[in-house]
Amino acid sequence: MEHFPEAWGRPRNDIYGPYDHSYLQTTGPKAHTQSPAVTGTSVIGVKFNGGVAIASDNLASYGSLARFTDVKRLRVFGDSAIVGFGGDVSDMQHIDRLLNSIDIRENYSSDGNLLNAKNLHTYLSKVFYKRRSEFNPLWNHILVAGFDGDGKPFLSSADLLGTTFSAPHLATGFGAHLAIPILRRLFPEDTPLENISKEQAVEALRECIKVLWYRDARSLDKFSIATVTKDGIEVKEDEKVEAQSWAFAETIRGYGAQVN
Amino acid sequence: MFRNNYDNDAVTFSPQGRIFQVEYAQEAVKQGSVVVGLVNKTHAVLVGLKRNAEELSSYQKKIIEIDSHMGIAIAGLASDARVLSNFMKQQSLGSKMTYGRPIPLERIVTQIGDRAQTNTQQYGKRPYGVGLLVAGVDETGPHLFEFQPSGLTHEMLACAIGARSQMARTYLERHLDEFSDCSRDELINHGLRALKETLSQDKELTVDNTSVGVVGLAPEGSKSKIQSFKLYEGQETLPLLEALERSETSGEAGGEGSMEVDS
Repeated sequence: MEHFPEAWGRPRNDIYGPYDHSYLQTTGPKAHTQSPAVTGTSVIGVKFNGGVAIASDNLASYGSLARFTDVKRLRVFGDSAIVGFGGDVSDMQHIDRLLNSIDIRENYSSDGNLLNAKNLHTYLSKVFYKRRSEFNPLWNHILVAGFDGDGKPFLSSADLLGTTFSAPHLATGFGAHLAIPILRRLFPEDTPLENISKEQAVEALRECIKVLWYRDARSLDKFSIATVTKDGIEVKEDEKVEAQSWAFAETIRGYGAQVN
Repeated sequence: MFRNNYDNDAVTFSPQGRIFQVEYAQEAVKQGSVVVGLVNKTHAVLVGLKRNAEELSSYQKKIIEIDSHMGIAIAGLASDARVLSNFMKQQSLGSKMTYGRPIPLERIVTQIGDRAQTNTQQYGKRPYGVGLLVAGVDETGPHLFEFQPSGLTHEMLACAIGARSQMARTYLERHLDEFSDCSRDELINHGLRALKETLSQDKELTVDNTSVGVVGLAPEGSKSKIQSFKLYEGQETLPLLEALERSETSGEAGGEGSMEVDS
């Protein structure tokens, strides 16, 4: 019998070692803003002829727990830009509020000068950089899809440090490891954009989401997929990974419960 | 002696509903030398008549570049204009920095309008004693705005403010139809002719007292979308003044001698 009520519900010292009180520190700088809590992972994007396609699953994890399974992580801005969020979900919601206020300000005077995806990406990267410089980062990695000032398809990423990166195909989270190689194989670096159709791009993203669902433990089989073209934005938020085949799982060796 | 009881500050209405300090500020604009602005489908032009305080002094600055896509022309208190232009430069730079976008004309004009308005509604403040013509290009093409000390702003097709500017406005009104489809050079020419209308008998436009600012859309197929703001001063204005002289002798761009008919 444990006679000390303050120890009830805690891991036993004699088994797990002394409790680490460093999490309960009351002095020193605030540190809870410096790690994410509820997180989304992969967002993947591909440029195609005349636009950009972007996809993410609908999961928000609490650590390893699949806590929220209907979180829409693609955010439409205006009529020709989409922001895809990976990382902390509450920080995503904060950025969503920033984007809402910009949207209202931009449309207040209907003079036709609207922010394009490139402007939006510049703005968001500055927000990230400012916050990381205050040691209070917004714990996100985002992709911005749309068009630049010349009307060419635009896809670029920004992360919690304010680092920006641009490529014909991009991904955040585990997608950066699992989806990018697939996309690079499908659309090699020197493929001209004109040779990639919208259908090919969307199909590739669906394939990537499926692979992520197979192999990334923080992913979900429900996902959102969107395309930006000159004709506007198409968003589908309740897609499901189809034609699953787990046969490959039998052949995986190296971890887990194995008989042989 | 008659004394106006309602002009001690800019926050008190007269019984007739006027704010005299604001009206006096507008008088300050009329003391400044004239500036003319005009737009067509591709370009926005500012021209100004520079004064020198005395024979040995330099000429005042009438046109200021705010950013590569816009400039202002000033009439009135030049030091007030400097405060406003510094503010505009900051805002313009801020927009380029945070959004990577040249600030839309209407946006920045609204901002200086709002700034000027607060000066007419707070005790102990004084309205700006300067009028501005803001010319530039943005996503929606070339624009010209007029700014007044009251905080009032208007988008204009053509405008003139400053001393004897009525003469220039008359010219602009008469030739308005010719602006929209004319070339860059013709637009400058119209501006200079409007400016010339305001000169008193013994005055001439010279390379010393004329300045011209032009900004516009780049011609089709160019690398960049805009032709950056270009300020012509001193010897650079010589070709423009020569073109003005040529057009006057041949009677083109001025509207086939309509001036004689109307005067």
